Amino acid sequence: MSFLQNSLPYILAGISVGGQYALIAIGYTMVYGILRLINFAHGDVFMAAGMFMVFLSASLPLGISIPLVLLITVVLGFIIERVAYKPLRSAPRMSVMISAIGVSYLLQNCALYFTGGLAKVYPQLPWLSDTVSIFSAVTKRVTLITPILTLVLVIGLSMFIKHTKVGMAMRAVSKDFETARLMGIKVNSVISTTFVIGSLLAAVGSLLYFTNYASVTPTSGGMPGLKCFVAAVFGGIGSIPGAVIGAFIIGIAENIIKGLGWTTFSDAFTFALLIVILLVKPTGLFGEKATDKV
Amino acid sequence: MKKILALALALIMVFALCACGSSGGSSSSNTVTIGVFEPASGDNGAGGKQETLGVQYANSVQPTVEIGGKTYDVVVKYVDNESSNDKAPSAAAELVNAGCSIVLGSYGSGVSIAGGPTFEAAGIPAVGITCTNPQVTEGNTYYFRICFLDPFQGTVLANYAFNELGVTKAYCLNKLGDDYSGGLVKYFIDAFEGLGGECVHEEFPDGNSDFTSYVANAKSADCGVFFSPVSTEAAQLIIDQVVAQDASFPLLAGDTWDSNVILQAAKGKDVNITVTTFYPEGADASFDSSIKEWINGDSTNLANNGGDDTVAAVTAMGYDAYFFALAALQKAGSTEPAKVMEALWSTEIDGVTGPIALEQTNGDAIRNTAFVKQADTATGAWIALDPVTVG
Amino acid sequence: MELRKNKRKDSLYTVIALIAMFAVLLVMELTMKSTSILFTVLKKGVIYALVAVSMNLLNGFTGLFSLGQAGFMLIGAYTYAILSMPVSVKLSESVYKYYDCAIGFDLGILPSLLLAGIIAAIFAALIGLPVLRLKSDYLAIATLGFAEILRAFFQWDAMGPVTNGANVLRQYRDLTKVTIPFTDIPFPPTLFCFLVSGICIAIIVLLINSSYGRAFKAIRDDEIAAEAMGINLFKHKELSFVISSFFAGISGAMLAMFQYTVQAAQFKTAMTYEILLIVVIGGIGSITGSCIASFLFIACNEWWLRFLDESSNNILGLNILRSGFRKVVFSIIIMIIVLFFSKGIMGEREFSWNGIRAFLHDPFGLKAKRLKKEAKAGEVNGK
Repeated sequence: MSFLQNSLPYILAGISVGGQYALIAIGYTMVYGILRLINFAHGDVFMAAGMFMVFLSASLPLGISIPLVLLITVVLGFIIERVAYKPLRSAPRMSVMISAIGVSYLLQNCALYFTGGLAKVYPQLPWLSDTVSIFSAVTKRVTLITPILTLVLVIGLSMFIKHTKVGMAMRAVSKDFETARLMGIKVNSVISTTFVIGSLLAAVGSLLYFTNYASVTPTSGGMPGLKCFVAAVFGGIGSIPGAVIGAFIIGIAENIIKGLGWTTFSDAFTFALLIVILLVKPTGLFGEKATDKV
Repeated sequence: MKKILALALALIMVFALCACGSSGGSSSSNTVTIGVFEPASGDNGAGGKQETLGVQYANSVQPTVEIGGKTYDVVVKYVDNESSNDKAPSAAAELVNAGCSIVLGSYGSGVSIAGGPTFEAAGIPAVGITCTNPQVTEGNTYYFRICFLDPFQGTVLANYAFNELGVTKAYCLNKLGDDYSGGLVKYFIDAFEGLGGECVHEEFPDGNSDFTSYVANAKSADCGVFFSPVSTEAAQLIIDQVVAQDASFPLLAGDTWDSNVILQAAKGKDVNITVTTFYPEGADASFDSSIKEWINGDSTNLANNGGDDTVAAVTAMGYDAYFFALAALQKAGSTEPAKVMEALWSTEIDGVTGPIALEQTNGDAIRNTAFVKQADTATGAWIALDPVTVG
Repeated sequence: MELRKNKRKDSLYTVIALIAMFAVLLVMELTMKSTSILFTVLKKGVIYALVAVSMNLLNGFTGLFSLGQAGFMLIGAYTYAILSMPVSVKLSESVYKYYDCAIGFDLGILPSLLLAGIIAAIFAALIGLPVLRLKSDYLAIATLGFAEILRAFFQWDAMGPVTNGANVLRQYRDLTKVTIPFTDIPFPPTLFCFLVSGICIAIIVLLINSSYGRAFKAIRDDEIAAEAMGINLFKHKELSFVISSFFAGISGAMLAMFQYTVQAAQFKTAMTYEILLIVVIGGIGSITGSCIASFLFIACNEWWLRFLDESSNNILGLNILRSGFRKVVFSIIIMIIVLFFSKGIMGEREFSWNGIRAFLHDPFGLKAKRLKKEAKAGEVNGK
């Protein structure tokens, strides 16, 4: 019992962070599945969603500002794809990735400009921010809500991909870009849809994440972004359940490491895990084996 | 399309070059330039801006100075060092290039240590306003400072925790690779263990925003006090987490936490925060009221001060630093950096934060009093406790 | 025969141009104020040029997308700082405040520089063994991960007696301590940076033009074809990775000399991104491009665009210029380059006297365009 008492706060925090990571990781894995692009700007879209919330909630009631934040983030994701990635569709993969790094740089600098470099306090969401206690651990209610909401969203997303026409198109495009185009699938709109879904989930993730850790800075998307990408690779890139499981594992492991007192290595551990999995099973836990065609 | 874009880019560059050329050579005979080497972005952006406010206000109060019988206009040149050690040398070089006679700053010790050699090489004296790490002035004859040092502050805080709070086990948290919090925590631990206490020490990496586990560690180790003299950015998150986990220990921190950012984060919450600092609001009523009026008079200033008119200790220190620089310039009777440097050793003023004079080895301030403040979470203001004097 | 003569003439021109550049630099250093920001930018620019070229060797010439450059610079910077710090400083309390320094000796500037490169190369060789088996994006993210792990390792408390933990290292032999051999006369610091970087870049150029370089390019263009031609893929990739890291280590060491202090916290992923952007702006696969771009990048970032940050420069009562605006403008410029000039300044071309001649003969390709148009018109008429 005392073991449970001592480790419960870490595990709770891990599950909560894991859920938030999962929502971001899905964006990475879907985009990679279709475009073979590490969307480095995704973490910053997540940060931008946090900033929108800070600025909107200052003047609007929460009931309006939350849907508005989701909408603006989706539009942002859509615009980024159209402006920064679409023109480079036939360019080498490295160029697109560099464009992604450039967008990330731009978003961070814009955030820096508009906030004047100061950390912004995230608004308190009623009910979600309340403190609850389970067994002996005291935490915010959002910690408990996050995994449930994550699972609901992931199941919804899986249904969407399995059973709708757009979902089928997505699967087709990620399988074979060129053939899908020949079959009359509007590749561009499929890609846009992917970015819309990814940004929407990132916005939801940012609502949950920043409610828990209520301070937004221009760089607060960087580390979570990288970790979520690692989670996506860990679970097998392109696979949605893989990304979710990878995110939970990384979230929990990170908090346990901190609990053991190895705080210096909490970030490094994530990357060590990544390298080990890449060497042992390069396609990740649930990834499909890809063969190179000569 | 491409051609037009290329042309536009080239034009921007040319324009930029011209702008540089014009701004570089604007030192006519009757102006003296004071450089302000402060962060306006990054981890210490909030504190740097408040410190800069003090200088700006002082400049608005006293825009001219009489040097050697001639009246000089004071030009204040602000450069953002981005709270980053690798940007500090070029930011410092920018100030050197602007022909500063003396430089003030910075908030945060790391950037001062990194920028110091550039000032030394250029022979321009720099006066640290609130960088408390001993390494800033050690071995650098061109760096002075007007605040107390970490060994002193650490001792004061350890004594406060051990004697006033009566705790024997302290949890210490600092940011990995941060000279300010790392140094202060080390000195705190030395002093606290010297008194017979016990410390748990942890560090969090850069970019961390999840403090759940750290607070949980402190709770499970049964620590009586949580000592975390980190940047205000991280402080908000720590306070939030301490409240969320319903931890009962008081929070203790150094001068960085003396900021309205902390007050706003703690307002209405059940948390006990105590800090040591340079200046308690209310110590000089006329200064307080006039600077408040000045801050409230301009929306940018108000935003830079964190949205309200609480006078931060660093702002008062910035104000004093400006007048200290003017006093040095007057004493030197010249705008030559070398002469100003010589004059600095013996410059003394009576500032709003107390009398300022420098000792003769490293050029550190002779200060033996730290003010202690506690956050009143009901009203969102600081309550001044008895100041602590050591030695 | 004619061709060879021309080539010899061209290399003579190159040597003359280089000597002239160093001479101008020397004269500038001796006559101008040494604290001028021009020299700061030149020094940092040439240091970044070296690391950009070393990254280009990997990304542009061998086709290995590696994002570990900051990690290797970190190793170089730390090795240099620790080795070159005088023993008296190490024993005193002034730097190793909380630890007892475990390194009981110190070395001169050149041996320390060389060792900085060598130790970075050794680390690279070890990291390369597992990592280089990965492909493209996976390699990128794995090297990036290694850089992060290295950073945490250097900040580790248990490493304190060597690295001073996460605290700052200083008072080692920086650029102001460089002297002319066998004398006490200080060596002009900017010239020193140019000399060291110049030699390193020259070595890289020679390497690229050797048979190894051709093998690297073959791997970049088509791995499978290269393997079929009998190129040992792994050996060449490892070689390229180690050499690139060696020079990244040296440039890290020079960065340490340049900024007087070193701290692990600055070598973040953002630093690698900056170097990558320099490589892209210059043109992936162009050494000259990387050099030009690094000077432009550093100058814009730290000097020319600073006026955008000053609110006193606002015109027409618009309040858009304030702290941070410089970076927004800068990142927009970068995006424009990435999107519309994806080949960068130089593309894959290098500086050549022929190129200059062609440019002087026909600036901006206007004549060629006209000729082309005429030829086309002629064709139409002919039909």
